[in-house]
Amino acid sequence: MTSVIVSSPYVSPSSSLRRLMINVIIGLIPGTLAYVWFFGPGILINISIATLCALGFEALVLWLRKKQIKPHLNDYSAVVTAWLFALCLPMHSPWWLIVVGIGFAMIAGKHLYGGLGFNPFNPAMVGYVVVLISFPREMTTWHLPVSVSGEAYGLVDSFKFTFGMGDSSWDAFTGATPLDHLKTALRQDLPTSEIYQSPIFGKLGGVGWEWISAGWLLGGLWLLFTKTIRWHIPVALLGSLGCIALAFYLVDTETAASPLFHWLSGGAMLGAFFIATDPVSAATTNNGRIYYGILIGLIIYLIRSWGGYPDGVAFAVLLANMCVPLIDYYTQPKVYGGA
Amino acid sequence: MDIKLSHFNGGIHLDDHKAESLTQPLQLASLPEQLILPLKQHIGEPDKPLINVGDRVLRGQLIAGSSSPISAPIHAPTSGIVSAIEHRLVPHASGQNANCIVIDVDGKDESIEFESIDVSQMQAADMINHIRRLGIVGLGGASFPTSPKLSRGNDLGIHTLIINGAECEPYITCDDSLMQNQANEVIRGISYLQRMLTPTKTLIGIEDNKSKAIEAMKLALQSQPLVNTEVVSIPTIYPSGGEKQLIQILTGKQIPTGRLAFDIGIFCQNVGTCAAITQALELNQPMMSRIVTISGDGVHQPGNWIALFGTPIKHLVGLAGGYVQDGLNKSNNTQQNLVMGGPMMGFSLASDEVPIVKASNNILVMQQQLIAQKPGIHDECVRCGKCAEVCPAKLLPQQLYWHSRSKEYEKAEEYNLFDCIECGCCSAVCPSQIPLVQYYRASKGEIRATQQATLKSDRARIRFEFREKRLLLKKQQEEDKRRLKREALLKRSAEKKDNTQAIDPIQAALDRVKAKKGMKVTEQKNIEGLTAGQQKQIDEADARRRAAREQKA
Repeated sequence: MTSVIVSSPYVSPSSSLRRLMINVIIGLIPGTLAYVWFFGPGILINISIATLCALGFEALVLWLRKKQIKPHLNDYSAVVTAWLFALCLPMHSPWWLIVVGIGFAMIAGKHLYGGLGFNPFNPAMVGYVVVLISFPREMTTWHLPVSVSGEAYGLVDSFKFTFGMGDSSWDAFTGATPLDHLKTALRQDLPTSEIYQSPIFGKLGGVGWEWISAGWLLGGLWLLFTKTIRWHIPVALLGSLGCIALAFYLVDTETAASPLFHWLSGGAMLGAFFIATDPVSAATTNNGRIYYGILIGLIIYLIRSWGGYPDGVAFAVLLANMCVPLIDYYTQPKVYGGA
Repeated sequence: MDIKLSHFNGGIHLDDHKAESLTQPLQLASLPEQLILPLKQHIGEPDKPLINVGDRVLRGQLIAGSSSPISAPIHAPTSGIVSAIEHRLVPHASGQNANCIVIDVDGKDESIEFESIDVSQMQAADMINHIRRLGIVGLGGASFPTSPKLSRGNDLGIHTLIINGAECEPYITCDDSLMQNQANEVIRGISYLQRMLTPTKTLIGIEDNKSKAIEAMKLALQSQPLVNTEVVSIPTIYPSGGEKQLIQILTGKQIPTGRLAFDIGIFCQNVGTCAAITQALELNQPMMSRIVTISGDGVHQPGNWIALFGTPIKHLVGLAGGYVQDGLNKSNNTQQNLVMGGPMMGFSLASDEVPIVKASNNILVMQQQLIAQKPGIHDECVRCGKCAEVCPAKLLPQQLYWHSRSKEYEKAEEYNLFDCIECGCCSAVCPSQIPLVQYYRASKGEIRATQQATLKSDRARIRFEFREKRLLLKKQQEEDKRRLKREALLKRSAEKKDNTQAIDPIQAALDRVKAKKGMKVTEQKNIEGLTAGQQKQIDEADARRRAAREQKA
């Protein structure tokens, strides 16, 4: 009889990369729905364009690298990168900006390093930072929540804006994000009690943004529940961000935002559960993940408070990515029987 | 005794698939037509055959042995004729051939007479000798000869004796079956171990999914109580039956890297070995058979059989109702996986012609669909760390993989590659389905090969350097000899010179030649000393020649 010679163990796989990626996509749904609810369906166009382009670029590079295309597209990692990248962009970003960003993410951020598993930096953040630095005007044109601007756009309108076919009327309904507004106002020595009078601020963070962040939190809990990610990075990240924010908040509530505001604004929640937890570019030891999370939380606060950009999640993640080899080297667990 | 259980890092919960092979009672396997007995069924030196081809052997007769301390003799499991001593396929991960004694079974099962012995009168050393003579090896899987382990444990002093009945691998139920059917023999075996090792306490660890075995063992222990001995039900989690893991569960202690259990006063033995010890010490019978589980979705009736060593697997598969896949032998394109051992740590067999050996606890026949990890087809590692979560050795499998893959073996060793027990937990949970353990085995093999090569080249270098040194010494000695000779000669000639008042040797030689030449010339002259008549004749002849020359002119 013929017998197959393979090495043990002989067990059916208990999980797959595809399953992990699908879990991440499912986790992104609540926050994305909240986004649509408060800002309109424009973000879905961002996501669609980015996803199609990501798959296209991935297929192209795989073909150039003479790799199998279908199994790699099937792992959905490109979809996750695209989705995360698209969520970072302002709604109604021009189509070419999305293409440039996701193209850089997939080609330079992912495949030039060797593809999935070999990229030292989070590809979505690489793409985002490239367009953030290159196209500051487009990247700071944020929509006001529908409830604030009173103007709701349908999918067709959004489609026109994205492809530059609409009028520029929607410019009237753009404005600074809550984080941006707060930073600018604080630099003008306005007290927070006065700043928060602006209609863009809600109960805990910005109108809409606080609920979107809550959506990311809900999705993050799903990731923890399904064991797609572990608790170390999000807890350390939000913990360090919260602690440093609390320290400054306790010194003077008029010159610093509360920890809750920091958690529920900008990319903190999305970053904590979905971006910093990208396993490829994150630290891989449990203790290392804690240091890695703490580092990101601190850098986010530094950039938000004293840096040139209103939010700092992307830069914080990329800077922490650089420290990963060092962190992993010095946080090896003590092995069984080791001294 | 109040036992506080500890946990080891990680581990995984697996579908245990144990019920399948426990549906039918333990049976005695029928005699096969032929027994194939590999000469190396233990860790250590292979045995040398002590019989010849054509000899008739009886059950229990010693047929192979070795003088090496780490070895175990082999006894004929039944009567028959030795038909060959040759290389046959043996159960080994490499699929290699090795020397085997082949016995054509005659079916009479005639036995030698086992002398009766009285174990109650024996000293520890006698018992250990007996165990050595009767070929007992550990039945837990590694087949380490039991007697050297016992003597070492005896020398070092043991405080805790641990009896391993965990049997954590899926499918395998041979120990479960043994404990259910022969609990008294196991307990008596433990009592003999206690006499040899004098531990202060004895813990029998059994996973809590084997309630019948636990019950049977507790009952047996009640009927023949042993001091400070307890059956401990431990949580079912793979790999609780690994020696290091079981020790950690039961005592909370870890064996330091590179050391063995008895270095920290702990002695671990499998329940099967305990029963074999009982048989050896009470009946004076050698190790000739063991309980083997035949299981998996590839056979019709999984179960446990007491099989003679050397029984071909094919024979046992036949007893288990044969292969599920019909036409397996007719068509070559049906494939299935034949595994010796459990699904987590066992190894594939190339053929069902290979025999059961002392280490064979389980034969797993799996249909191909179950095999997930085909070599070469897997996604890339995304460093998710699931492997590290389940690693009982608390390693970082993702880093070991990274370095193994890029052949950075020094780095892999830095990440404690050799602390890997190859339990397979990391491979089982990997979302990228990377056959991690395969990578580690390959790396370990490479490193060992390099070490061997280094050792070999070191030896060669030392040999070469020694040779060079030796030649140099020889040359020097010869030169010294020549020098001494020359000096002696010079000295002698100088003494001569002194005696002859410094005559120039060349001149002297020339003078000698000259003198010699002069002598020769005188000798050669035949015109000296002539008579007057002769002179006259010569003168006349000369006058004639002169006249003739003048005439001519």
